[in-house]
Formats: sequence, C-alpha cells, structure tokens
Amino acid sequence: MATAAKTLGILPRPTAATGFWSWVATVDHKRIGILYGVTAFFFFLVGGIEAWLMRLQLARPGLELVTAKTFNALFTMHATTMIFLGVMPLLAAFMNYLLPLLIGARDVAFPRLNAFSYWIYLFGGIFINVGWLMGTAAGHVPDSGWFGYANLTSVEFSGGLGPDFWTLGLLLLGIGTLVSGFNFIVTILNMRAPGMSLMKMPIFVWTILVTSAIIIFAFPSVTVALIMLMFDRAFAANFFEVAAGGSVVFYQHLFWTFGHPEVYILILPAMGIVSEVLPVHARKMLFGYSVMVFSTALIGFMGFTVWSHHMFTVGMGPVVNSIFSLTTMAIAVPTGVKIFNWLSTMWGGQIRFTTAMLFAIGFIACFTIGGLSGFMHASAPSDAQQHDTYFVVAHIHYVLIGGSIFAIFSGIYHWFPKVFGRLLDERLGQWNFWLVFAGFHTFAFPFHFLGLLGMPRRIYTYAPGLGWEFWNLLSTIGVFVLAAGILVFIANVVVTMRKPMDAPADPWDGRTLEWTLPSPPPVYNFAVVPRVHLRDAFWFHKHPEGKEQALEYGEPHPGPIHLPGQSLMPVLLALGPTVAATGVLFVRMRESFAVPVIVAGFVIALLALWGWAFEGEGGTLIEPGEGS
Amino acid sequence: MAHHAHETNTGIDNRKLGFWLFIASESIFFACLLVGYLVYKDGYQPGAGPRDLFNIELTTVSTFVLLMSSLAMVLGVNAAQRNLGRKARRWVLVTALMGLAFLGFQAYEFTHFYHAGLSLSSSVFGTAFYTLTGFHGAHVAVGVIWLLTLLYHGRGAGLTADKADDVEVAGLYWHFVDIVWIVLFTVLYLLEFVQ
Repeated sequence: MATAAKTLGILPRPTAATGFWSWVATVDHKRIGILYGVTAFFFFLVGGIEAWLMRLQLARPGLELVTAKTFNALFTMHATTMIFLGVMPLLAAFMNYLLPLLIGARDVAFPRLNAFSYWIYLFGGIFINVGWLMGTAAGHVPDSGWFGYANLTSVEFSGGLGPDFWTLGLLLLGIGTLVSGFNFIVTILNMRAPGMSLMKMPIFVWTILVTSAIIIFAFPSVTVALIMLMFDRAFAANFFEVAAGGSVVFYQHLFWTFGHPEVYILILPAMGIVSEVLPVHARKMLFGYSVMVFSTALIGFMGFTVWSHHMFTVGMGPVVNSIFSLTTMAIAVPTGVKIFNWLSTMWGGQIRFTTAMLFAIGFIACFTIGGLSGFMHASAPSDAQQHDTYFVVAHIHYVLIGGSIFAIFSGIYHWFPKVFGRLLDERLGQWNFWLVFAGFHTFAFPFHFLGLLGMPRRIYTYAPGLGWEFWNLLSTIGVFVLAAGILVFIANVVVTMRKPMDAPADPWDGRTLEWTLPSPPPVYNFAVVPRVHLRDAFWFHKHPEGKEQALEYGEPHPGPIHLPGQSLMPVLLALGPTVAATGVLFVRMRESFAVPVIVAGFVIALLALWGWAFEGEGGTLIEPGEGS
Repeated sequence: MAHHAHETNTGIDNRKLGFWLFIASESIFFACLLVGYLVYKDGYQPGAGPRDLFNIELTTVSTFVLLMSSLAMVLGVNAAQRNLGRKARRWVLVTALMGLAFLGFQAYEFTHFYHAGLSLSSSVFGTAFYTLTGFHGAHVAVGVIWLLTLLYHGRGAGLTADKADDVEVAGLYWHFVDIVWIVLFTVLYLLEFVQ
C-alpha cells in the first residue's frame, strides 16, 4: 500500500492507516464492506442460535426447555435479527465492497455517509439486543413478532421494554439503510467509468440500483409506523389505541407497504449476485441481459402493489383480496423470466462446479420451490387455509435461506479471493455446500407438511398425537446438519486466513472490472480508470471476439491520487441518535433524566454535523503504482 | 465529497442528486403521516375538532410568511450564484428569520390548542394533528439551524459563488419543507372549511 503523503484541509483528521482507530475512522468503502460483512455474520450466528433453541424446544411434544414468553422473544428476535441485522447487512457488505469496483469508481459518492450507515447499523443492532441482558421474563426482549403488530405492542399487552427496544432500534437501523440507499443511487448514476452506459452495467449493479430505489420509497412508511408506535408507547398517543378510535389495521397497512417491498430488498441483490456468479462459472454471457434488467425494475415496482396479500385474513373484502391476489400472482412473471434466464445461461456452458457455482445452482432450485409456495399464498382462499401455519414458515425460509443466504454464500466463495487475497478451500467448500443444502431441506421442507397438517406458527409447544412429532423431530435434526455446514464454513475461513495472500487478480477468469485489480485491490481501486466499450468488457478484453476494443486504458493519472480523509464524525453522528433513542426509552420508563438524555443526543448529533461540515475536505494523496 | 462534482455521468452534482432522492423519500414520509391524519381527523369526540380550533386567518398569515421565505431563499441562491456574497448572506438571514417566525406561529397555535383541551393523548385527532404538524415544524427547525450554519460558513466575504452549491442544496430542502406545508395547509385547514 502506498504511503500517505500529506494531509489537506483545515482541521486535522485522523490519519492512522492501521490499528483500531483506523477502522473506526475509515471512509474506504472496502473496509466498510468488510465491517458490514463481519458484523452481519455475527448477527447471523446470533439469529441462528435463536432458531436452534426454538427447534430444540419443538423437537418433541410437550417439552419445556424454554417458557412460552422466552419462545415469543426467540421467534421475534430470530426474524428481526435475520432480516434487519443479518441478511440485509450481509447484502450491504457486498454492495459496499463491490459497487465502486464493478462500475470503475474510486469510492462511493459520499464516503463519510457510508461510514455513518455502518455505525448506526451497529448501534441499532446492539440497541435491539440489549433487552436480552435484562431477561425475557419481564418482557424486555421484543416478543410481539417481527412485524410488531399493534396492539400486541401496546403498553396494555406488552408492559415491558421489549417493543421500545424494537421500535427505537429499528428506527436507528432505518436511518442507516436510507442513507445507504441515497448513496448507492448517486454512486451508480453519477460515478460509472467512462463508456459504461446504464445498459452496460453489471447486472448486480442494476439490482443494487433497484433495491436502493425500493429502500428510499419503502422505508418511510415503516418509519412512520414505528414513530406512531413509539409515540403511543412513550407519549401516550392514540394512533393504535382502539378505545380512543385508533386503528390497528392502519398499522398493518403502513407496515406492509414497507414489509412487502422489503422482501425484494432481501432478494433482488441476491439475484444480482447469482447473476454475476453463474456466467463466470459457466463461462457464458448472462442470457437475456436486457430482459433481466427490465424484470428487475418490474419486480421493484410491482413489490409496492401487493402489500395487502399479507392481510387477506384481515377482512378487507373480496374485491380488495382479488385485486391483491392478481397483482401478487403477476410478480411470478418477471421472477419466472429470471429463473429461465439463469437456466439458459448455464445451458451449453462450460460449467465448473466450484462451491460458488454450487451455491448459485442451489439458489435457483430452492428459490423456485419458495416461489411456488408463494404463488399458493397469492390465492386468497388458499391463503385463508395456510395463514399462520407452518406452510408460511416454509415459504419464507425457502426464499430467505434458499434464496438470499444461498446467494450470499455463493458470493462469498466467488469474491473472497478479491477481498482477502486468498482462495477459500474448495474441498471444505464442497462440505460446506452439501451440509447446508441437505440440512436446509431436512429442516425446512417438513414445514410444508406441518403447515398442511395444521400446525400453527409461533406456538411454543404442542400435544402429542397430532401427527406433528415426526416432521418436527426431522426438522430439528436438519438444523444440526445445517449448523454443521455453517461451522465448516467458519473453519474454512479460519484455515484460509492463515494462508499467505497468494490469490491471483483474476482466479475465475472473471468478466467484470473488479477482476482487473490486484487481490485485494489497492486503496484507490483503479490507478487508471478504464474506458468501457462493451458489457462484460473485461471478458472480451481477454477473449476478443471481434475487432472492437472492449476496454481501453488512457494515460495514467498525472500525479498522486486524492483519497477522501478519514473521519470520526460518522461514528459521532451515529452516536447522537442512539443516545436520543436511549432518552426516549427513559421517557417510556418515566425516568426524570429522560429529557436531558434526549437533548444530549441532539447536541452530540449537532456537534458531529458541525464537525462534518467544517473539518475540511481532508484526505491523503497517494502515489499509485505498487501492485497495479 | 465535492471532488467528483465536476465529472459526473449525469452532469448533476452528487450532493444535489442525493438531495433530490432524499426529498423523494421524505415525500413518502409526509404522505404516510398525512394519510394517518386523514384517517383520524374526525376522531375528536368528545373534545374539540378542527373547525372549533383552527384559526384560519392566523394560519394564513403564517403560511404567507413561510411562502415568502421561499422567495427570500431563491433570492439568496441567485445572489450566491452571481457571486454577491454579502447580499446572499442577507437573504439567507431573512429566510431564517421568516422560518423562525413560522415556528413562533406554530408554537402559539400549539399552546392555544393545548389550552383548548387538545393534546397528543386527548383524541386520535390530537395525536394525528400534533404528530403531522409537529414533524413539519421539526423539519423547519432543522432548516433554520442549517441556514444559520450557512451564515456562519459565509462569515467574512459572505456566501460567494464558491459556496453557491451549498446554498442551493439548503434551498432545495427549504423549498421542499415549504411545499409540504402548502399541501398540509390545503388539506388540513382549507379543505376543512369547504362545504
């Protein structure tokens, strides 16, 4: 790595290139991506342990390993953790690390905001989990379901602090997610390498663009719902107090106008990852690129037209139910188009069954099953039967594990050498895949049968003789196999990280710009930003098919490259709202020092913003050269 | 942050584009709060309702002040772009003062309503009204702080052309908050009195 030359700007910014504070103050999208990845994987394990405890409890009828209240806390925190602290940030890790590399940019549009997103995500994640330290019995762990339906969450029915940790924590997380959304859209629209028109972008970039658009339009409605809930609980407002004329169905509408698009926030980037992995390991161009682009955009739009299918049993009437049935079923069209495009991409390709490829193929298989059960829910009468049974649980696990998690593992194996300069062990990788694949189906497929046998979701135990024993036991065994697969993955990472950094720049014969860089890439990404003439430009640069030049390198940048300076303001700015949220928690506890704490939070945020605005451009000048 | 500004694919400055996206997102935020108000506005029994409480003349005046503040903001942005630093600074100051005046009107209105028996907990109407207008007021307050920061930024030579983008982005925010108020004023106050 080049040496930091000189610091620009008025106020000094931190400059340490290594050590703890260099990570706290970093604004480099690659380091932020790694921070996201490690933190999210930790939370993913926490969510997994919560799932494991639930499966132990349900292994046999009549077990009393955990109390009903703890079970409620477990299923609530499992879903909340997996969705908001695990899968979304794992995908954000890919977006952060790869987006600038994929489009030939030196960083994202707003590096400091990017760091802020991470820190507020971390604080929000901790905030939601604090209740565990206070014990589940008093209701201080969120235990009203991941949707937090009013009036399960009203003070009357949830007197503990659980829903307060949940609403305030999610509000913090939402801020970070929104900021990432703005940041990514601006980066994609404004900072592509010369010649890379929108229709020449890697498909993963397209899915990031559409996902970010969904984020900025979907998160406001849940923000409003959470604010209303918080007002009801902390300030005795009446939004969802039925006795005062409040409407709990209004909460559901607000929640699901976010909640359904959220599903696509979780799956579109996963689809993007798979769409990058498949062509590389099948050594073929992605089939139907433009159709993939339009189906992505269409799914993004249609995601907003279907929220009421989560409320078929609320009693909205046959007309509303029919309309939302139709719009929901219509989403199967662009989704099906994608599946057939992936299959066509593999058709006739020179497929290498690497671990990354296995997970990508596994994704297609599992996600298709999840899509089919989704289509069954789309029919309102059928949904009325399946509602709140394990059939729904089967569906969400097939799209979220079989979909998002498989794609994430595929992406990890694919890009690990780029990020850490070492290739993950393929032999352990195969064990990893097959254990996860077998474990996942053993654990989640029985949910279909349990659902059809009428087992309701969210029950903490059940009586014997209902025909549920076998499938529940099988499912619990599956969790152990799945967990073994995850442990193999962790072992793989540990073993690999002990090896020397010897990964080549382009281990898979890749197609996109990140593979033109050394592994890991230099801090400035591209010493010379290439001019792009074709889709998959790097591939055609290596394997020219016609006369047209695919990639073109201009003259090197004259003089050193300016990189944005490190800053402590993002972490401070993230601290402000966290302190304010703690203050609101104290309001709820009727503590006398609540208001001063809220004020302190705002003061911290203001000071951070002040520092942000006036700490100067800062930055370091780096002489490109080494390794590129 | 600004070092990429001169060479973006769209030709639009990063911060400006980011801000338009923020505004798009905030529009949904206010739309959801407004829907909440419309769902709940008739739920004021046994307390006083909108027609008993609203002082349309007073709110018209405060709305006019906020509208005019947008004019002052435009003049400020224009002056900054023409490198008239001190003039720009003066108009930004006027904008901030008008924003403060609007907040004063709102504080008066809230106090008045509160004494007439309407509170956040008195009815769903009260809940929805204070939340919606309160969030708008909070946005105005953030805008005022922002403008004051700009004034500090422009101490000395004023808000000269090199700071024109800073002024313009603040202006985008200010106009947005103003437009939201026009919608709120129309839906909450004016339409309430349409027969």
